Amino acid sequence: MVHWTDAEREAINTFWAKIDHEEVGHQALTRVLVVYPWTQRYFSTFGNLSNATAIAGNPKVRAHGKRVLDALGDAITHLDNVNATYAKLSQLHSEKLHVDPENFRLLGETLIIVLAGHFGAAFTPAIQATWQKFLAVVIAALSKQYH
Amino acid sequence: MVHWTDEERDIIKTFWGKIDAEEAGHQALTRVLVVYPWTQRYFSTFGNLSKPSAIAGNPKVRAHGKRVVVALGDAIKNLDNVKATYAKLSELHSEKLHVDPENFRLLGEALIIVLAGQFGAAFTPAVQATWQKLLAVVTAALSSKYH
Repeated sequence: MVHWTDAEREAINTFWAKIDHEEVGHQALTRVLVVYPWTQRYFSTFGNLSNATAIAGNPKVRAHGKRVLDALGDAITHLDNVNATYAKLSQLHSEKLHVDPENFRLLGETLIIVLAGHFGAAFTPAIQATWQKFLAVVIAALSKQYH
Repeated sequence: MVHWTDEERDIIKTFWGKIDAEEAGHQALTRVLVVYPWTQRYFSTFGNLSKPSAIAGNPKVRAHGKRVVVALGDAIKNLDNVKATYAKLSELHSEKLHVDPENFRLLGEALIIVLAGQFGAAFTPAVQATWQKLLAVVTAALSSKYH
């Protein structure tokens, strides 16, 4: 089981409360699709992803970004049991969606960049360390049911 | 040789013109030392690195951060020949400093996070993609003399 200090729980919950799931999810997913264009292969049903502007304006990208961030909330409300919380989601990504787990890492890194952009100096090194730990736990849980 | 579009050259030069090498370097190195504490082993002569506030306030960290980002300027002035520009620096990091090249990647990521924090929305997905390409080229050049 992952050990969280009180300071870490607070850093996670405080920033989570200030995050607009739709906006942050949209920005993170947009950045992944622009910066790592090969990831677009997972979203062939999303319509126009032909350039950065199209991706940023695509409503399916926005909706999916929000969905991912909403799901992140489940991990936050179950910090002491992220593995069990994400067991079915992990199976889904492995067996149905066939998503390479490397993409979890890319999306996690991108989310850190979006949070830095949003919060500026308030996203201190210590806060960054806490959120990177949290996202590493999320990634491990999402990768767990792969075989 | 790396191919740079006019737009990429423009983005790199425009943002480079707005970056304070000391401040950005200090913040990036501070983040690396806080978020990836094992990197502190490379800086045993730097004095107090015992916690985030000590690291952020450490004058040797600041000076070294500045040195690294100033050196980044050499790559930016020689975009069409980064490998040759960094040949000696690569040898130094491999043969004298014994730095694991993974750390170049960590510092590059930390710099992206610092730029996102500094520039907010102006650090668009396209700008991020360009700077990540630059830092990938820099990382490859710094790793090129390792054997």
